[in-house]
Amino acid sequence: MAELLGKLTAAMGTYGPAVLFYGVAGLVLASAAYAVVAKKIDHSAFSLMACFTGVAALYAMLGSDFLAVTQVIVYVGGIMILIVFGVLLTDRLPVEYRQISRETVVQGLAVAVPVMAALVWAAAGTSWPVVAEAAAAAAPPAAGGTDPGTTAAIGKLLLTDYLFPFEFASVLLLVALVGAARMARGGAK
Amino acid sequence: MNPALRPFLEIGLTHYLVLSSLMFSLGILAMVARRNAIGVLIGIELILNAANVNLVAFGRFTDAGPQGPVFAIFVIMLAAAEAAIALALLLSLFERSGSVSLDEASELKG
Repeated sequence: MAELLGKLTAAMGTYGPAVLFYGVAGLVLASAAYAVVAKKIDHSAFSLMACFTGVAALYAMLGSDFLAVTQVIVYVGGIMILIVFGVLLTDRLPVEYRQISRETVVQGLAVAVPVMAALVWAAAGTSWPVVAEAAAAAAPPAAGGTDPGTTAAIGKLLLTDYLFPFEFASVLLLVALVGAARMARGGAK
Repeated sequence: MNPALRPFLEIGLTHYLVLSSLMFSLGILAMVARRNAIGVLIGIELILNAANVNLVAFGRFTDAGPQGPVFAIFVIMLAAAEAAIALALLLSLFERSGSVSLDEASELKG
């Protein structure tokens, strides 16, 4: 029994990251594909929510804790609510516009498949300047056994090197939200 | 570990790049194939997420460090602003013409 358990733990150590990655990647791709082809737009919206959650898991697996939380708050909590509101407020369409037609799917595949082929070829064929895995893995546990995370480093960068884009983004968000509120109230006429 | 399976079992930068390429193409498919404007918006969000996965993966696996997540944060900010504007435009369009079909929104064609 203990022998079997030991073997299982060793297998988890070897294959665990791969199993985790392929599981999450499968979830992300399957829910994204269903969001694209679903007949009803509300099914599509909820499938997109699963996709965003899977992307948050990907960020966590990449060691980017702050971004994983931001993804859940902004996408799953904010943008998804906006999209669901959009669906609910405009869902009085005739059936033929809600469905996705064979003709447009063929047109879409004619664009998407060559793009996918080119991107996969470029991603798999280029030798990226990857830092040695040992150095990258050894860096975090240096601070007394606990992983310090990336939040402090991101905060420092945002308030030093990227201060101007950071402040500019806040102005941009303000302008966009005021403009959106103005437009949505029907004042554009 | 079987050496033939090594490229598939050691998850590295390329795995994340291929995954985000697939997400990106699904987003393009949604943008072209959907006639409903909300479906097109869903495609755009997929594309932005694919770009973010790329940025974070480069930040983790190359010497870019925390700059990858910082750029991803800017992309998320822009995506939020874009979603708000797009949905306001959709509501305005729906008020005017009673539909969010992109085939019918052709007034500006002249």
